Amino acid sequence: MKLATLEAVLAAQARGERAAILTDLADGRQALVVGGEVLGMPTLGESERALAMAAVASGRSRLVETAGERLFIQVVAPPPRLILVGAVHIAEVLAPMAALAGWSAIIIDPRQRWRQRGGFAGCHVVGDWPDTALAALAPDAETAVVTLTHDPKLDDPALLAALASPAFYVGALGSRRTHGARLARLAAAGVAEAARARLHAPVGLAIGALTPAEIAVSILAEIIAVRRGALATGGGG
Amino acid sequence: MGDERSILEQALAWRRQGRGVALATVVATWGSSPRPVGSLLAVEAAGDFVGSVSGGCVEAAVIEAAQSVIASGTPRRLEFGVSDADAWAVGLACGGRIEVFVEPVS
Repeated sequence: MKLATLEAVLAAQARGERAAILTDLADGRQALVVGGEVLGMPTLGESERALAMAAVASGRSRLVETAGERLFIQVVAPPPRLILVGAVHIAEVLAPMAALAGWSAIIIDPRQRWRQRGGFAGCHVVGDWPDTALAALAPDAETAVVTLTHDPKLDDPALLAALASPAFYVGALGSRRTHGARLARLAAAGVAEAARARLHAPVGLAIGALTPAEIAVSILAEIIAVRRGALATGGGG
Repeated sequence: MGDERSILEQALAWRRQGRGVALATVVATWGSSPRPVGSLLAVEAAGDFVGSVSGGCVEAAVIEAAQSVIASGTPRRLEFGVSDADAWAVGLACGGRIEVFVEPVS
């Protein structure tokens, strides 16, 4: 691999873009796929080009074998994002846990006192109100959003923004009883039934979690299960 | 933390320090294999490494091959199958097969 190819792939990642490296396994010749273009390998056929684009879109690396040719497509995607609303105890454990699992963790909390308690080293902490912060962060299909504050003033604006976004997972911490009241508020705010059904609450897999760390494990496990297709994308945990 | 980005970043950092670097990639798997297609291992000339192509089963052999690739500048393809425990042969305990492409970062 040329140094320039490596640099270009990492630069695309830093911009939040997917890129791919195409390698001819017979001789090691390479092309770079970035911004919808294939750079290098001018002899590449139309069908191989289309397969490379499809691999980038799917986010999955794959081997393409055609008559006498073996092309490997290595997709390098930015990490998925986990946005947490509330700089609370569970966030202190969940954010570093998610970072260890390869996620980019972002914490939103407009309450300075909570933000300043520390425990968020290496995480991106945003002090705006959740609706403003989420508008700027623009959750995409590789983003999970979880509200943790138990305070409707903070949680509800975040849920309204998250449920209206392409985020693949939206979850809310809280009991079944408070969730009933939450669903009623969301309905009153005009959130359609299909969007309300997307909400995971009570959040996390039922593993009998009690401590903040155990609750963080159950939340992260549920998010991974949904992302990997092992669980449905909506409904209560 | 072992994801593709941090492995590629380490490869770039080593290269910028003027060290010889090779990248090993799992390009095909058959049967049960410990790491999926696209898994990466970056190796520098002295044998330091980050990432994993098999979760530990064949890393030693891949690192050795990577050092030869750094020296020669020519890519290599490696295949690993089921290990023969009696012969202490390099292989995968899980019973699968993997193909690994090893290339220099030049």
